[in-house]
Amino acid sequence: MIRVRSLSKDYQVHERPPGLFAALKSTFRREYKTLRAVLGVSFDIADGERVGFLGPNGAGKTTTLKMLAGLLQPSSGEAHVNGFVPQQRRADFLRSIMLVTGQKQQLLWDLPPAETFDLNRAIYDVPRVEYKQTLDELVTLLRLEGLVNKPTRQLSLGERMKCELAAALIHRPQVLFLDEPTIGLDVTMQAAVQRFINEYNERHKATILLTSHYMDDIVAIAPRVLVINHGKLTYDGALMDLARRTRPDKYVSLYFDRAVAATNLEALGGRIVLHDSLHAVLQVDATTMKAVVAGALTNLPVIDLKVEDAPIEEVLADVFAQGESSG
Amino acid sequence: MSNVSRTLRAMPTLLRVGFASSLAYRSEFFVWILATNMPLVMLALWSQVAREAPIGNYGPKQFTAYFLVTLIVRQLTGSWVVWEMNAEIRQGTLSQRLLRPLHPILSYAADNLAALPIRAIIVIPVAVLLLFLTGRGGVANDPVLWLLAPLGVAGAWLMSFSVMFLVGTLGLFWESSLAIWDLWFACYAIFSGYLMPLGLMPVWLQAFLHMSPFPYLLSLPVEICLGAVSRGVAARSLSIQWAYALAFLACALLLWRRGLVRFAAYGG
Repeated sequence: MIRVRSLSKDYQVHERPPGLFAALKSTFRREYKTLRAVLGVSFDIADGERVGFLGPNGAGKTTTLKMLAGLLQPSSGEAHVNGFVPQQRRADFLRSIMLVTGQKQQLLWDLPPAETFDLNRAIYDVPRVEYKQTLDELVTLLRLEGLVNKPTRQLSLGERMKCELAAALIHRPQVLFLDEPTIGLDVTMQAAVQRFINEYNERHKATILLTSHYMDDIVAIAPRVLVINHGKLTYDGALMDLARRTRPDKYVSLYFDRAVAATNLEALGGRIVLHDSLHAVLQVDATTMKAVVAGALTNLPVIDLKVEDAPIEEVLADVFAQGESSG
Repeated sequence: MSNVSRTLRAMPTLLRVGFASSLAYRSEFFVWILATNMPLVMLALWSQVAREAPIGNYGPKQFTAYFLVTLIVRQLTGSWVVWEMNAEIRQGTLSQRLLRPLHPILSYAADNLAALPIRAIIVIPVAVLLLFLTGRGGVANDPVLWLLAPLGVAGAWLMSFSVMFLVGTLGLFWESSLAIWDLWFACYAIFSGYLMPLGLMPVWLQAFLHMSPFPYLLSLPVEICLGAVSRGVAARSLSIQWAYALAFLACALLLWRRGLVRFAAYGG
């Protein structure tokens, strides 16, 4: 269980303009600016829930994760993770969580991942029998056969990320914070990591809080999302509800068996997003969607059609843009 | 199970993995070890100076014994944690250590201690050379002093490591604390016996220095190994050395607690 109330974090950031004079001046007198990274964020996450944390760069996602993982001290507010106060950094708390960042690694660079796994076994005091079971499970789920004994530096980015996940899960954390876990991975590897995270969640009922700029990750992993912008929480709910609320329009794709004139499409209503001779995409309001589809089937040589919500990337771009204009 | 017993159980693996890491960086490590050969340079210099006539109680043979033992003690008490901490704090990679349920001072200590077996590769030939050049008379012949010597070396290591950790922790308050370390090392080089035996300094300065921590970082274990101090003086000095070591350790841990609140984990 994660419980967050009015959590805020300010940074004091040293600022100086470029140039020699400014450099000399800053030697004697430094100017600091308060950066409000997180502003009064509150939310609850139940045990075993998978939640996506969304927001543009610099929105405060990673800062929040770091506070929840006990790395950063909040400026105000409170957080409880599994009943612990993260900033107290109790050993039992640290044994129950893990933060995996796609851009930083804990694997020992010049040694095979097996050495990091064994190091974590010792540090987390995992009994050897349990360690072997967990490792076997991770090797199978992540398909690590043949990788664990190769020096880390010789692994590909995707192989390294899979080994990072395995190293992070040796002690079977009950809460897993994932910060861009699929960054830089190809589509196949991304899918493998997504699948693994879901399987880990189902097997161990672990709570997962994930940030990612890849919407595929969010769609595949997180039924619920938190949207943060300029440090403020702007949405907490189901991803699909966010999509419907932000972009109630639908995309109707029509396929024809002969060319159709633009005037015929305009007559249906909605906005033409794409039109070539045998294919067209109309953006229509959800309330008029049925009429548009009926009109197309009646008046046009339609051989196939598809109705979709707005792409999630567009939805989020709109959400973030609304945050910009209101922030 | 208590955290202490968990830590003790983890230590053998930490040391084993730390040793494997130092083997992985073997070329770099040997170059670094060779870079700490200042006592050999000093040996050449002072031996040349003492060729005409002894300086104080030191002739060429005494200088040979002194600087070879100094080299051995230096190899066994050296650490690099201040550079590691500064880099990890600046780059935010300290986060990876902080996520583990093990105080970072212990993981740094294990990393540094794990390199001792490789350092022994340098130490053993130097020790053989020492016996060959100076005979048994060049070193202590009192078995009690030899029993106290490991205590002196361990105390010097703990002192040196704690000071490094303390200075490294200052990196949490400032952007870098390496300049502070350079200042400390400059004092260490002059006042610990690294560049010259403290016995060659004026008596008033020696008395003053023995109130400072510097002689206990190097000169004390060297003098014990050389038999240059009596049992009583050695025991008294060791108690001062360990008091210093524990005081530095306590200060380092206290400062760490205060500094951690300021850790910004940029980039990590």
